[in-house]
Amino acid sequence: MSRLFSFFGLLFLLVGCGEKKSDQQEVSGEVPGSQVGDPLADAADVAFPVLDFESFEPLLHQDDGKTYIINFWATWCKPCLEEMPHFERINAEERENGVEVILVSLDLPNMWKSRLEPYVENKGIQSKVVILDDPKQNQWIPKVSEDWGGGIPATLIYNTDRRSFHERGFTYEQLKTELEAFIN
Amino acid sequence: MKTYIIICLSATMLALGGLLAINVLGDDPAMQGYQIGDRATDFSLRNVDGAMVSLSDYRDAKGFLVIFTCNTCPYAIAYEDRIIALDKKYRPFGVPVIAIQPNSPEAKPGESMEKMRERAAEKNFPFPYLLDEGQKIYPQYGASRTPHVFLLEKTGSGNMVRYIGAIDDNYRDASQVEEKFVEKAVDALLGGRPIELETTKAIGCSIK
Repeated sequence: MSRLFSFFGLLFLLVGCGEKKSDQQEVSGEVPGSQVGDPLADAADVAFPVLDFESFEPLLHQDDGKTYIINFWATWCKPCLEEMPHFERINAEERENGVEVILVSLDLPNMWKSRLEPYVENKGIQSKVVILDDPKQNQWIPKVSEDWGGGIPATLIYNTDRRSFHERGFTYEQLKTELEAFIN
Repeated sequence: MKTYIIICLSATMLALGGLLAINVLGDDPAMQGYQIGDRATDFSLRNVDGAMVSLSDYRDAKGFLVIFTCNTCPYAIAYEDRIIALDKKYRPFGVPVIAIQPNSPEAKPGESMEKMRERAAEKNFPFPYLLDEGQKIYPQYGASRTPHVFLLEKTGSGNMVRYIGAIDDNYRDASQVEEKFVEKAVDALLGGRPIELETTKAIGCSIK
């Protein structure tokens, strides 16, 4: 019975996330009901590193001459998906300028295999993807930035000399402009 | 005469521009919102049962848990049962939950009054579930995501904001919660003690 509820819960969730109808059907078709109940069932063999904040934090402080764009997102966050192509483009275009994009997924554990993996595969995402899975958000959110209220999309750009945090979505031009202050 | 008209027009446009700029700033929830100790506005919003609900309807309340939540956000869904539990626990003590859905149904069809009604019926919400029609209320509170809790204390001079933030410290598993932020705050309020942690942060779905 609870499985049935979970299945409907997930269906509801998928329907609610503002995806196109065809996507919903694709995604919900791929999710076996048996996987839905246990939020941690898929943690073992997910394709991306699953990090708690302690192991994630060094990614916010790499001092190697490169400029890092750390984008916090989730597959259920529509504006995050809208800006994703811009981050991918910047990652490809600016690599030779020492820029690296890291996509930090905040998807819930029961979405890692059902939503995150298919999304990254279907879209051919080239940027590095890691999963930040740490429930103690009140402790780690201010360590990313004191200015972060907790909304996503959110993006941190930093290198040895500069650091800027943005709790908003980016257009390609905005991202490019923001980045210029770091690489010129 | 011509010059006069041009000057007049320019002045009007400048004034309008100024008004617009103020309005844009005023509409941006990130720019303002309540701080601890502020007096929160009352409202009159439609409930899923069709009735209009205001804080002033609750004559005997000692306070309110005004919770901005919605139908479709995974975090909001993860917290539904815990919001129901908060209402059951604290309504008898005079601190009921008032849930407000702040998203625009035009921007998010899954957040329409009809869908809210369905969700409220499915989950048997014991609290009012109100639509912030026209999105006038959430920017005043400074709600930025769902779920986002505002604990208000009813005083002689209005409903004062006492806690802003998350419900607890584990969105994904209620059984793993170590710190129940909201319960601690309400317990302190009811016990006449200072609230230790007045604001907390959490990931949530941006309000649209």
